[in-house]
Amino acid sequence: MDLDHEALVAFAKSFGLFYLIALSIGVLIYACWPANRRRFDRAARSVLDDEGGPWR
Amino acid sequence: MVAQLTQFERRLALIIAGLMALCGLVLAAFGHRDPIGVHGLIILAAAIGTMFVVISGSFADVPDDSHLGRYYDDPIKVGVVLAMGWAVFAMAVGDWVAWLLAYPEMTFDAAWSGFGRLRPMHTTGIIFGFGGNALIATSFHVMQRTSRARMPDQLSPWFVLLGYNLFCILAVTGYPMGITQSKEYAEPEWYADIWLVIVWVVYLALYLRTLARRQEPHIYVANWYYLAFILVVAVLHIVNNLAMPIALASAKSFPIFAGVQDAMTQWWYGHNAVAFFLTAGFLGMMYYYLPTRSGRPIFSYRLSIISFWGITFFYMWAGSHHLHYTALPHWVQTLGMTFSAMLLVPSWASAGNALLTLNGAWHKVRDDATLRFMMVAAVFYGLSTFEGSFMAIRPVNSLSHYTDWTVAHVHAGALGWVALITFGAIYALVPILWKRQGMYSSALVEVHFWLALAGTLVYVFAMWNSGLVQGLMWRTYSASGTLAYSFVESLVAMHPYYIARAVGGLLFLSGAVVGCINIWMTARHAPGTAQDAVRDRPLVILASRSLEPGE
Repeated sequence: MDLDHEALVAFAKSFGLFYLIALSIGVLIYACWPANRRRFDRAARSVLDDEGGPWR
Repeated sequence: MVAQLTQFERRLALIIAGLMALCGLVLAAFGHRDPIGVHGLIILAAAIGTMFVVISGSFADVPDDSHLGRYYDDPIKVGVVLAMGWAVFAMAVGDWVAWLLAYPEMTFDAAWSGFGRLRPMHTTGIIFGFGGNALIATSFHVMQRTSRARMPDQLSPWFVLLGYNLFCILAVTGYPMGITQSKEYAEPEWYADIWLVIVWVVYLALYLRTLARRQEPHIYVANWYYLAFILVVAVLHIVNNLAMPIALASAKSFPIFAGVQDAMTQWWYGHNAVAFFLTAGFLGMMYYYLPTRSGRPIFSYRLSIISFWGITFFYMWAGSHHLHYTALPHWVQTLGMTFSAMLLVPSWASAGNALLTLNGAWHKVRDDATLRFMMVAAVFYGLSTFEGSFMAIRPVNSLSHYTDWTVAHVHAGALGWVALITFGAIYALVPILWKRQGMYSSALVEVHFWLALAGTLVYVFAMWNSGLVQGLMWRTYSASGTLAYSFVESLVAMHPYYIARAVGGLLFLSGAVVGCINIWMTARHAPGTAQDAVRDRPLVILASRSLEPGE
């Protein structure tokens, strides 16, 4: 295949669209997955008290 | 600082400094007919100075294992001081060029003092000197605290911090000599760029090695933002600085791209420098210091993840909005415009998330100027991302581009968002680092806050007015179809705004000076924490140390 401007534009306009949509859906699923709630809540609270010293 | 290093690290530091001295000597010797020779001498002097410090510190006892039970904060302290030093220097230069625009005769007829050479000293000093040092220092703090892990070694944080500052010095000293690639925010020449790549790789490795030592399975979201900053800036820096030096003993190089490709690469870099240097890293700062200072977990952790990926995906495509109405293909301009408009969603998600976190803590915002710095920063983040999306729309850009409106936008972001969140983070960090009950004077923090806010507002409103007047004067036609105003007439109309801008900058600069005094007094004179007093008693140390895991 000749890698000219037209070919790159066609690739960017097709593949580019779908991979961005797929990534967005993936991120939304990860962020909203119910099982992740506990882990996220824990992480959000963990920064409030972290000056005690390293665990190692 | 050397006393904390192990014997192996001290030797390695000497070897690195020795190699650098050699590089500096070679550049100075072969480049003595070129400005690169001066930079060779600067590198040589920095390396020899480092060797002196390391050798004179080498007689101190090697630290025992007790320090491994504490976080490694010495480089963070130095980083905070360096950031404030750069802030005062670069804001002073910025205010100087602001007065220069109002009174152009102030160049003393010298080449080095022209606007074209002073302005990059201001932008580099602020973005890389102030912003970069603040990002490195706070990232060292955040990565250790969120991972509950000490940095894996004592040498690489110093290499990153001091090596990075050497890059900044090479950049800022090069401009008055006329060394520049003429690329916005990427002015330093090829040899400084190569050095920054080395420093940056060590920085990334240090961050990942610290994260690898964490106990918690989940990595707190602030680290994601810092990592995006480090990783993407590395990619941007390498691609945009691909260049061929005209000789190995010459500072001059030429980029490998040409024409519109070069322009597109430059603005892909330029806008992502705004996105990943001036936004992602500072969002990391906000997601850590705002919750810790207000004592409340972030309003929605999920939203912070969604906006993180939104910002990383969308910003990559927005750079072409800097090239509206140019030789760039029309569809690429439209792509940049569309992604810029879409960016409003993750940007406002972050700003809203920060402000909603403060629900239930607004009395603290009223009483605590440190937290107020962060709150106002979040407001300015929301304002300037809205403005940015708006200005990226092609017809709006036809009015705003090449006018002072752009300058207003940049400074609403740089002063209102980046500098305010940094000052907030530094005021939260300094008492922790120096183990004080609080800042030396909360009244001085209050003074700094109001000076900074007043300075920002004066500056931004002056430039908004100036930009709109300028843009409208350039496109006003007379009844006969000719331009109603000459360029010089628009220049004369700018004069009062330029004076107002310089006054606003002066207010902001004086705030930073007040901050420096306050930080210095905190480090020197403020009362220590109760915890610190307890540490003086050996029995309690034993008792408290036995509680620490990993010992």
